[in-house]
Amino acid sequence: MDRDSHLLNTEPARRLVWVPAIFFGLFFAYPLARILIRSLAVDGAPDLTPFLEIASKASLRRAAWFTVWQATVSTLATLLLAWPGAYVLARYRFPGKNLVRAAVTVPFVLPTVVVGVAYLALLGPDGPLGTDLRRTAWAILAAHVFFNYAVVVRVVGSFWELIDPRLEEAARSLGATRWQAFRSVTFPLLLPSIAAAASIVFLFTFTSFGVVLILGGFGYATIEVAIWQEATINLDLAASAALASVQLIGVVGVLAVYSRLQQRYARKLPLLPATVTTRRPSSLGCKLVFGGALASMALYLGAPIVTLLIRSLNVASGMGLDHYTGLLRGEVPLARPGAAILNSVWFAAGAVIPALVVGMAAGIVIARGTGRAGAGLDTLLMLPLGTSAVTIGLGFLVAFGWPVDLRTSVWLIPLAHSVVAVPFVIRTVTPVLRSVRPRLLEAASVLGATPRQVFKEIELPIIRRAALVGAGFAAAVSLGEFGATAFLVRPDRPTIPTTIFRLLGQPGAATLGQAMALSVVLMVLTALIVLTVDRFRIRGSSGF
Amino acid sequence: MRRLGTTLVAIMLLTAGCSEPAPDDTGPQTIRLMTHDSFTISEEVWEAFEAATGHTVELLASGDAGTMVNQAILTRDNPVADVMFGIDNTFLGRALDEELFEEYRSAGLAVVPESLQLDPSVTPIDFGDVCLNYDISGLARRGIDPPTTLRDLAAPDYHGLLVVEHPGTSSPGLAFLLSTIATFGEGGEYPWQRFWADLVNNDVLVTSGWEEAYYGAFSGGAGTGDRPIVVSYASSPPAEVIYADPPVTEAPTAVVIDGCFRQIEFAGILAGTPVPNAARRLVDFMLDRQFQEDIPLNMFVFPASEEASLPEEFVRYTSVPAAPASVPVEDIDANRSAWIEEWIEIVTS
Repeated sequence: MDRDSHLLNTEPARRLVWVPAIFFGLFFAYPLARILIRSLAVDGAPDLTPFLEIASKASLRRAAWFTVWQATVSTLATLLLAWPGAYVLARYRFPGKNLVRAAVTVPFVLPTVVVGVAYLALLGPDGPLGTDLRRTAWAILAAHVFFNYAVVVRVVGSFWELIDPRLEEAARSLGATRWQAFRSVTFPLLLPSIAAAASIVFLFTFTSFGVVLILGGFGYATIEVAIWQEATINLDLAASAALASVQLIGVVGVLAVYSRLQQRYARKLPLLPATVTTRRPSSLGCKLVFGGALASMALYLGAPIVTLLIRSLNVASGMGLDHYTGLLRGEVPLARPGAAILNSVWFAAGAVIPALVVGMAAGIVIARGTGRAGAGLDTLLMLPLGTSAVTIGLGFLVAFGWPVDLRTSVWLIPLAHSVVAVPFVIRTVTPVLRSVRPRLLEAASVLGATPRQVFKEIELPIIRRAALVGAGFAAAVSLGEFGATAFLVRPDRPTIPTTIFRLLGQPGAATLGQAMALSVVLMVLTALIVLTVDRFRIRGSSGF
Repeated sequence: MRRLGTTLVAIMLLTAGCSEPAPDDTGPQTIRLMTHDSFTISEEVWEAFEAATGHTVELLASGDAGTMVNQAILTRDNPVADVMFGIDNTFLGRALDEELFEEYRSAGLAVVPESLQLDPSVTPIDFGDVCLNYDISGLARRGIDPPTTLRDLAAPDYHGLLVVEHPGTSSPGLAFLLSTIATFGEGGEYPWQRFWADLVNNDVLVTSGWEEAYYGAFSGGAGTGDRPIVVSYASSPPAEVIYADPPVTEAPTAVVIDGCFRQIEFAGILAGTPVPNAARRLVDFMLDRQFQEDIPLNMFVFPASEEASLPEEFVRYTSVPAAPASVPVEDIDANRSAWIEEWIEIVTS
């Protein structure tokens, strides 16, 4: 029977590359190119004066330097601090593991405004640390680690979970110490996933906006903050486009390094299901490591979340649900939380479909492992994560006025969300799609299955499950998205994050409390989605 | 893939039909109103407009005021909206420079003070004063009188008490910087630069946005910080009463009348609108008593019309400065970027 008759292994699969290519081109590259050209060209010729102008501003030079510095330190700190968490979730089996994994993901989708307020309370002079760390670089770094913890735990941890522990054991029985065995066996195998996690964290922190604004005070600005300032306060689109170009060059550089690392270190491994590789913590040493890692995780991720929870329950008479009932009644005229929750859910649903179609198509192309094309696609689709939301938002406006006026269409919101969600879908579905081994398919056809049966019985269930996992992440990303939403959302169609922002914009104890309560609602909603998704994870699949 | 292409084309054709501009604008129209993200007006008010004129209003997303102006500039050749609401005097110069608006003089302007009418192409709808707010009990506890002038803030008594917003990232921050420029001037014995240098020596705290300043650093009202003086709005004390938890009868904060900067919000008819007549009706309606009286409790700013009566809280807990600081809109537009850059250098050095 002809091997090429399976979906994942056919000429049609190669043609699938057009789906992500067109999507990426239409909803990312094209608007970006339009706004940059519109802002930087004078009478059709490129004009370099905005670049000279931004280079002459001392505050912008400082911003560029600080951007690179904080992104590097944040990435290293996140890798280091999240390492125990990744290890514990990779190597141990324990009750409530899914819950922990879901809880770890919650910070990742919280709006920065909310986390900012929680951190201001934690790092203030009355906080548990007892010193005032507000408006320092420390505050920025701490929040960056908090946000990106999940990236390392999920990307590195899920891959680690599949590596055969016997490899390390073999090294040890040959006389290697625990450290030597880790350094020379496990660590090199983990490198591709470390590079993947590091690149995502770097991109996120490189373009950090809300955290820097809220926690860094005025002394710290990133290029992203400067882009926003030039565009919205100075109304200097040329300067903002010049800065966006500089930022983009930086992002492309980082992705190029990432792609090289991937190609150098990625190797085919016999991966094992988690049921084989994980164990319960048994010896005292194991239990100590295990307990310590969980405790540090609980402390680090839990403190800001608990702060939020307490604040949402803090009312004049002590503790109570007043802010939640206030939300339900819709007391604040600016905010309609009920509508916001509904809209957010709708937008999430609308973002899931394109993100899934594009992410699955890209995943199939990448999983087929045609080397450079797959890796290139993977890298390219990460670009939106590192691009300024203001620039893309303005680009949408310039680009989508013709032939059809989509500029004010409500569909732009889920589309913008799906551009951001696609890289996550790819990271979720690719490893699952890779697990469809050609030999499995061959075996089925040797045993007499028709191509139709092979597809229905073997490929489809795997794809369906991968799709569900990807959909969950796309939904979570959409629920928490604020940057592009703030720009595109109509006042009569608020989302949860834009409503939280509105509530915070009005002085008063009730509005602050309701903002906190709505943040808790968002957290719970996200955790529920992630938890549901995790139930569908194939035992032994990796990915985000 | 081919099917996807066909679907896309089909969707484009379908939606293309809806976006054609109406040939004339005598019958009922849909007016696209571009506003900033804190715009809210009660549902009943819109219903009244629809009932009276037959026109419907569609609200468009625009982010903050600066982003909205950019959007209008970028889409000038093919406007996304017919009317813009919420552009204030700090950004007006740029919009006038770009000739975004069609001139229109609404009859309702008869009851709007002259001081609010800055240009014939835009109609003032409301105004809000960016003023110093102070924590009444916080200052009393320290035994310090509230400041009466901006200059007071440079005195040793007020060391470590003030929090302000960054003018490069916050609209009230920019308003306050402009207010100091208007008050102290550029040259002279004590220019604005020296005042800011003195504020820095007096340990002024700068945050990037209003939320961080008010909730994070200010000690009054809903604030959780330890600084008793903040740059906020004249309407913040009434808001503290209206959104108090539990209800209160006295505002915990108050306003310093000196050194306020008035942000006037305008409506303008975007040049090239296919529905100019309907757009004018909308601008007229925005000066109507019903619309004007709906403004304060929704947006926490003051109505432009002298006929509109104010909610009780706005009368009892705050005051309207008689002579707020002002800087001509052309000057703001020409110098905004340089002033902010200069300010950053003073404050970071």
